[in-house]
Amino acid sequence: MALQSLDILRRSATPTPTPQARNPQEVAKLIDTTVCIGCKACQVACSEWNELRAEVGTCVGVYDNPTDLSSQAWTVMRFNEVEEKGKLEWLIRKDGCMHCADPGCLKACPSPGAIVQFKNGIVDFHQENCIGCGYCISGCPFNVPRLSPADSKAYKCNLCSDRVAVGQEPACVKTCPTGAIQFGSKEDMIEVAQTRITDLQSRGYDQAGLYDPAGVGGTHVMYVLHHADKPALYSGLPDNPSISAVVGVWKGMLKPLATLGVAAAGLFGFFHYITVGPNRADDEDEADHGTPPAPPAQGTKHKERENAL
Amino acid sequence: MKTSEKLIQRYCAAERINHWIVAVCFVLLAISGLAFFYPAFFWLTGVFGTPQLARIVHPFVGVVMFLAFARQFFRYAHHNLINKEDVTWMMSVKEVMKGNEVGDIGRYNGGQKGMFWVMVLCMILLLVSGVIAWRPYFAGYFPIPIIRVALLVHAASALVLIASIIVHVYAALWVQGTIRAMVEGVVTHAWARKHHPRWFRQVTGKETGH
Ligand code: HEM
Ligand code: SF4
Ligand code: SF4
Repeated sequence: MALQSLDILRRSATPTPTPQARNPQEVAKLIDTTVCIGCKACQVACSEWNELRAEVGTCVGVYDNPTDLSSQAWTVMRFNEVEEKGKLEWLIRKDGCMHCADPGCLKACPSPGAIVQFKNGIVDFHQENCIGCGYCISGCPFNVPRLSPADSKAYKCNLCSDRVAVGQEPACVKTCPTGAIQFGSKEDMIEVAQTRITDLQSRGYDQAGLYDPAGVGGTHVMYVLHHADKPALYSGLPDNPSISAVVGVWKGMLKPLATLGVAAAGLFGFFHYITVGPNRADDEDEADHGTPPAPPAQGTKHKERENAL
Repeated sequence: MKTSEKLIQRYCAAERINHWIVAVCFVLLAISGLAFFYPAFFWLTGVFGTPQLARIVHPFVGVVMFLAFARQFFRYAHHNLINKEDVTWMMSVKEVMKGNEVGDIGRYNGGQKGMFWVMVLCMILLLVSGVIAWRPYFAGYFPIPIIRVALLVHAASALVLIASIIVHVYAALWVQGTIRAMVEGVVTHAWARKHHPRWFRQVTGKETGH
């Protein structure tokens, strides 16, 4: 369902413009990994607001539970222990859709309107249009969308587009007890992050920084990282994410090339038939059935036709 | 039908049924595949009832087509080994296009043989890449970068096959009397003598050897 109060910047498999007269502010969620205590209140809030119930798992030896995103878990906390400068650090990252400005999922999706990008930056899946092909999973540089085994449709965090549309913050933001998740205009969130990063740098984290990767045009979910020089430390956050070149060729160059090839084959046939005409085995040949005919002199028939023209 | 008409059996009933199973599957696959490939053709999924059904049905039809094509492969592969004559034919396609025969052609000419191997290659690529991309059953077993390559290969080989089939169909229409070979199973002596003289001599016993 489209949200009438949210204009659409892009719509999957739709080459013509979408409604976009309104001029909303770009929004962003800022996740400060240096403040997060890994309590998972945001996971619970997400499952409550969106009415999702992931299976109660078992302890696999670390705090991760559920251990991965799913159609019933749109955000999960990922815990990683690393040694930096001889000190043990427990890096906790809230994983989920990054709401890319240049979303690979939307680029890959073949079904019109199954994925939309609102003008405020939120990337939303509209499951009633989803055909379950899973192309979005291949298109996403962050490995986020998941197909539901129940209905073969793709799901992921929608940044609570329904709440944002009526002026509220996402459920996870509202719940976070430490203030590690904040929400506002993207401009404001960058400013908040800068203040925090300056503070961190003055306290020994000289590589502290903002994760807002340019390879996907920036994101509408951003992280403050203690080690912005090594995003991979945070349970495999990509260092330089961008839409895969393979997806780029598949959804880009291949289309005009394919059109050219198929059109050439069709047009060639048509024009060949109306210029050269059908290739008939003439009945008279039947007469001299003893010996097969000698191959006709090269070009004879062509000359005849030219004369006929 | 003229009583004087002399006919040669070219394809038996089993071969014709096999061919048309492949052909019908191909059309269904091309319709649904092009709908996923070109946003402007997405409406073609309506042929299958709903877009979701088109997506679900496509790979199953693909497997049926592959199996039927495999049967054809084993029927015809030995007729399609490329020899010097075929190379000469391929070099002189310009002459062939004008309606002139080139060389002493056997059961299949160089163009038909080339087409056969293009189809074989495309079918294999389509099956392998199609299975890798097949959700929800198989794609989960492959890493995402592999699935990306599979999707690119699948779309590219599908489009090569579609363009090739257009040429295949056109060639059958252009060389009159060919469609009959795959519908009724027969061709006329005149057809065989003009387009496949060596094959004509072999099947009519007018000459042995070659
Ligand atoms: C050989 C067995 C085949 C299998 C197992 C297969 C499987 C698939 C799968 C799984 C998809 C993704 C959409 C979906 O889940 O339905 C797909 C897409 C597609 N298939 Fe096939 N297929 C086969 C044969 C073919 C053939 C013969 C053609 C061409 C005539 C074809 C053309 C396409 C096209 C054009 C797409 C869309 C690709 C894109 O979106 O870029 N497929 N196929
Ligand atoms: S993170 Fe993945 S799912 Fe989310 S908007 Fe970006 S490409 Fe789409
Ligand atoms: S699974 Fe659904 S949302 Fe994902 S690409 Fe396919 S149609 Fe689009």
